[in-house]
Amino acid sequence: MAPFDRERRWRGLDEGPRPPRATLVALVLAAATLMTLDQATGPDSPVDALRTVVGEGFGPVETATSALVRPFTAVPTWFKQKDDLREDVRELEAENAALREQVATVDYDRNRLAEFEGLTRAAADLGRSLVPARVVGYGPAQSFTRTVTLDAGSDAGLRPDMTVVNADGLVGRVLRVTRSSATVLLAVDARSVVGGRIGRTMELGFLRGGEDGTLDLELLDQKVVPAQGDVVVTWGSDGAGPYVPGIPVGRVTDVFASVREQSQRAVIEPFVAFSSLDVVGVVVPDGTATDRALVEADGEIG
Amino acid sequence: MSLARAAVGLLVVLLALALQVSLFPHLAWQGVVPNLVLLVVVAAALSGGAQFALLLGFAGGVLLDLAPPADHVAGRWALSLVLVAWIASRVRQETRPSTLAVLGCVAASSFIGTSVFALSGLVLGEPLGSVPEILGVIAVAVLWDLLLTPFVLPWAMKVFDRLTPAGRERARA
Repeated sequence: MAPFDRERRWRGLDEGPRPPRATLVALVLAAATLMTLDQATGPDSPVDALRTVVGEGFGPVETATSALVRPFTAVPTWFKQKDDLREDVRELEAENAALREQVATVDYDRNRLAEFEGLTRAAADLGRSLVPARVVGYGPAQSFTRTVTLDAGSDAGLRPDMTVVNADGLVGRVLRVTRSSATVLLAVDARSVVGGRIGRTMELGFLRGGEDGTLDLELLDQKVVPAQGDVVVTWGSDGAGPYVPGIPVGRVTDVFASVREQSQRAVIEPFVAFSSLDVVGVVVPDGTATDRALVEADGEIG
Repeated sequence: MSLARAAVGLLVVLLALALQVSLFPHLAWQGVVPNLVLLVVVAAALSGGAQFALLLGFAGGVLLDLAPPADHVAGRWALSLVLVAWIASRVRQETRPSTLAVLGCVAASSFIGTSVFALSGLVLGEPLGSVPEILGVIAVAVLWDLLLTPFVLPWAMKVFDRLTPAGRERARA
């Protein structure tokens, strides 16, 4: 009996070699019943109560499992995202640099815009066409001249002895030009002589570069005493002289009599800040051929 | 003995379900995760008794139907897992099945289980998407289950072998 038993057990006949059909049918029916129950009864089915029970029991298990596995599942994303993050950092750094530069230059840009606007206004005020140019170089102090370089030259229609102004007033005159640059002698240079006229009395004189960025006005009529605050404009002439007439130069701040030369001398504070020149305009005849936008006499950009 | 079996079986199914809904979504491929509960049921069918496998399949299916992320008509997974348990039980042999047989059994079970689930959904009028989409999902699921078989089945079968007298004999053989 025992070997037979063993034989049967070895064959696994204790539960039968085939799955029990009765159980299968019962369970399939149970599943079908469950489905029908859930499907037919709609929202208030008894299955929903079951669902709630299972959910309340199993929800915490899922939460715990998720909390357990999260550190491990985060590892591949960490590796994967490191390159992404590096990329992000690179992009953001570039963007940051661009924005910084923008912030750093916004004042400068605003000032340039203001200068250009001032230039158009000056052109309208003077009634003359201007070629806008930018100061790109300053003569060194050890050369003892006050000159600057403009980024416009003969291609822009510039010629020697043209008047250079900015929105505030007289800057100087063009000494020489190349195709793409021009050298300007500033009015405050010691070699510079500008014919000046006191606007109030129409008295004439000569303006020379003085000390500390001022101009000395020497009047022709020695008996005339200029008053403080008088505005000096250029005397000059159209066509002939290097300076066109009527450009504001500066204001009289001090007057004294020169005993040796027997003339009245006045110290003129120029309107133009020569140490911070940027955008200037070169007075050109109307209709000058230029390779850049010309500020017309009516203030329009042509 | 029977109570212990039921308890351990339920525990394994719960563990499988927890991993299936909490761990594998992180690794999901096109949203498809391996059906660990199905693998456990197949393991039970291959090592434990058929009756046990059927009951475990039903219990695991009902749990899959009711546990939180599920939102379909209850009983669909129960039905498909019962069928899977039955089919896998028929494959069961007196000696330990070869690796190839186990893999084939898992592939067939996975295909049938997921298909039955999808078909029941079609019958019940649940939104499933087009047939090619369903077939794609089933294919990915089969691949996933095959991939996970070496990690789940030996372990689960060992556990169930310990619990079944016949299985113990077979494990020794």
